[in-house]
Amino acid sequence: MTLMGTLVTGAIVCYLAGALAALLGNDRWGRILGAWGAASGAAISLSLGMVALASGSVFSAVFDFPSLTGFALRIDGLSAPFLILTGLVGAASSVYGAGYSAAYTGVYSLRKLGALFNLLLLTLTLQVMADNALTFLLLWEAMSLVAYLLVLTEHREPATVRAANWYLAITHVGFAALLAMFFLLSAGDLSTAFDTLRANAPVPTQRNAIFILALLGFSAKAGLIPLHVWLPMAHPVAPSHVSALLSGVVIKMGVYGFCRIVLDLMSGGPAWWGGLALALGVASALFGVLYALMEHDLKRLLAYHSVENIGIIFIGIGAGLMFQSYGLMSLAALGFVAALYHTINHACFKGLLFLGAGSVLHATHTRNMEEMGGLIKKMPRTALMFLIGAASISALPPLNGFASEWLIFQTLLGGSHIPEPAVALMIPIAVALLALSGGLAMACFVKAFGITFLAIARSPAAEKAHEAPLSMQAGMGILGLACIGLGLTPFFVVPVLGRALAGLDRLAWETTVFSLTLPLNTPATFGSMSSPLLAAGLLILLGLIPLALWVIGANRRTRVGDTWGCGRIAQTPRMQYTATAFAEPLRRVFAELYRPTKDLSIDFHPESKYFVQSIEYQSEIHPWFEKLLYQPLIGIFHRIADRVRWIQAGWLGLYLTYMLVGLIALLVLAWWTP
Amino acid sequence: MSAWFVEIFQVVFVVALAPGLVGLIRWIKARLQSRLGAPPGQPYRELGKLFHKEAVVSKNASWIFRFAPYAVSASTLAIAFLVPVLVVPRRLDMVGDLFVVVYLLLLGTFWLALAGLDPGSAFGGMGSSREVTVAALAEPTTATAIFSLALGAGSTNLGAIVAAALNDPWTVLTPGHLLAFAALFIVAIAETGRLPVDNPSTHLELTMIHEAMILEYSGRYLALLEWAAWLKLFVFLSLLANLFFPWGIATTLTPGALSWAIVTLLVKLALLAVVIAVMETRVAKLRLFRVPELLTASFVLALLAITSSFLLR
Repeated sequence: MTLMGTLVTGAIVCYLAGALAALLGNDRWGRILGAWGAASGAAISLSLGMVALASGSVFSAVFDFPSLTGFALRIDGLSAPFLILTGLVGAASSVYGAGYSAAYTGVYSLRKLGALFNLLLLTLTLQVMADNALTFLLLWEAMSLVAYLLVLTEHREPATVRAANWYLAITHVGFAALLAMFFLLSAGDLSTAFDTLRANAPVPTQRNAIFILALLGFSAKAGLIPLHVWLPMAHPVAPSHVSALLSGVVIKMGVYGFCRIVLDLMSGGPAWWGGLALALGVASALFGVLYALMEHDLKRLLAYHSVENIGIIFIGIGAGLMFQSYGLMSLAALGFVAALYHTINHACFKGLLFLGAGSVLHATHTRNMEEMGGLIKKMPRTALMFLIGAASISALPPLNGFASEWLIFQTLLGGSHIPEPAVALMIPIAVALLALSGGLAMACFVKAFGITFLAIARSPAAEKAHEAPLSMQAGMGILGLACIGLGLTPFFVVPVLGRALAGLDRLAWETTVFSLTLPLNTPATFGSMSSPLLAAGLLILLGLIPLALWVIGANRRTRVGDTWGCGRIAQTPRMQYTATAFAEPLRRVFAELYRPTKDLSIDFHPESKYFVQSIEYQSEIHPWFEKLLYQPLIGIFHRIADRVRWIQAGWLGLYLTYMLVGLIALLVLAWWTP
Repeated sequence: MSAWFVEIFQVVFVVALAPGLVGLIRWIKARLQSRLGAPPGQPYRELGKLFHKEAVVSKNASWIFRFAPYAVSASTLAIAFLVPVLVVPRRLDMVGDLFVVVYLLLLGTFWLALAGLDPGSAFGGMGSSREVTVAALAEPTTATAIFSLALGAGSTNLGAIVAAALNDPWTVLTPGHLLAFAALFIVAIAETGRLPVDNPSTHLELTMIHEAMILEYSGRYLALLEWAAWLKLFVFLSLLANLFFPWGIATTLTPGALSWAIVTLLVKLALLAVVIAVMETRVAKLRLFRVPELLTASFVLALLAITSSFLLR
């Protein structure tokens, strides 16, 4: 057996053993052994991806089970980055989960949680290896169902059940679209190997239908607007290490599927494909961050940021597709590489942020930022990790979010090479809106970090907060290091990803453009950037400034005093800025979009209205366009359900008759068709 | 060797002159308002005084508050290294282009805004909230203006843009170039906290943005932050001057070219200082919620700049 074959078997065995241990063990040992299984399996997934990238070799295997013919697996350059991100986030969140899930002991089933967590990692690892439609669809459905059950962990909360139902509904709309797409693509035979599909290009009339169905199906999983609604519901209610996996890895499967079908199997298409993906990406990036800004539930805020970042990834892919259709291959490669880079980066920093939010939730038992504050003193390590994540997602140099966003900007600037007026206008607007969402993300994470961790505790729960246990710190530490490492090494990561994509069939990349040089030059020599030098420069300057202060003999004494309170002596937590107040200017700027409802009632003193007894202010923001889109659909479904209710009579004989009629109909159909 | 010496000299030059530029603007403003005004050297004395006072730190503040002044000054100094002030082509072009400069600015804003929230006073939070709002809304203009500059020069590297403008002096007068200048000028005013976006000489809670954030700072921390803010103004103005009107910038490392570059840069900065002083005397501060309108206008200018560069290409 080859090295990669051994690794694949090893990963499957580890995950299954972990699941079994979690099921059979008691609360304590099941939890720990299950986490060990998941962590070692994830480590193998990670090394599998690295081996695939380093050797550039392709692994493929076909399993023929008696009942399931043609279960085919294959690892190539496109699978490898996704294996790496599954492994990274998987390992970190399973280590974290070992400590985190202890809080569920005696409340919810730890066995189910541990086993399902292992199964989710198993399906995710296998998903990116699927080499025919049948394998792909079976794993896709398995992954969706396992994720559904994991979201449902805290099943006694009504909000959880509601969120899980939304997720189930939307993921199945996506599944239906994918089923139809694969039937079109493989002309009815789902067990056709992807290699054969690559060779037989579908007829042009079907290509557009396939693209639209793929976009629909995969954007439902990825959480692209307008199919993002399940994300801000489902991610907050899941256990935090599961949220990290959902936001870091599961939604990335939508990105993977889209790349596999559109880039690999169909090898691109007309310019409007790219344009559509780009436009949806820009819309998601902007709406995601705008709604995140108004959110004061820490985990919901992070979930909305996932919508934003998936948008950024699709901007890269869309721009790449567009360049490909115009024959600008090196720019197209740059776009895809930037998108893949951002996919890995987002997995790391979003995983880290969800784990950090989980530690905060673990310590304060609330997700509401308005009840936090001052946590940096109680949980300094969690605060540092969250700060690294916040700076990464805000695309601040020299961390990883900056490296990939810089590449996406450079890709878009390449749009000036396309002599089409529509493109000439679309690209600058995309650049501007991407920049706006970057700035707003920075604003949002100043709020998220500042209100949660800085200043004075706003509630007794926040005052009594404690640092997370070691296992949880270790989980965050893995991803924190990954954020820094990926940020400092774009000169290494970009050529590796470029070579990985170059291995895909029929994509004639110019790999030479990604030479291994220290400053990163983009192919059209549009700009250069070197984050290791930048980081070194910033560190040297940080050292030089105190040195300079010492040389000029600055006063080094520091006195600790009260915060200035305009003459008031005692400072209370209520004098601080709140998250709502912090986001208020932006809420007023984008009031047209948010359409907030406001409810203000003031109780005056009966004697004089100059004395106010109490003020009650309530303001809520509901994404109105979601209602506009989904209410009619839900209404239609309710009406149809009402009409067909008579079928359900609750009488067994009738159901047996249905089955008989169905069987006869199928037989007739099979006899009819040649 | 001498090339690296010039790079370092350039930063020392910028750091040393930054307080003087602010002093000059204040002095011109005072004269325009028929006041005697402090001499242009006053900011140096302020720095000297602050460096010799002890710092008072709130008991609620964490390490973020103490670290932020260093982070802000380091990121501003890094920008000073990247921006071509006296010489092109730059060796440091490979470290970062115009986008890196923009995101380094955001890095400074990020730390300063966190530091504003840290002591838990209402002023600091208010300042932070307003600062990040203005910074975020200025981003689209900056990116679009960079795009239009890059279209002309074929690169986002600062040295390349300046060199392209030097090679073809008439590009300076194209509508795309002028519109992009106007757009970036508005951004520069918003980013450096000058009138009509923010008033640098007031401590009234209704008008403050930058000053509210740093209200809790004192002693050496305040000195570092003030110096960084002045440095930011100096760098922004020299960036504007050199990106759009690069005449006089040295292309060789001879002493003659360098001294001519210093003279022309000082003249250009003095002109921009007069423009800012006149403007700050003539216009009143905008209400906070009118600032987005100004920034939208600058965005439209930047978009027009791109459209015209596409049309005239």
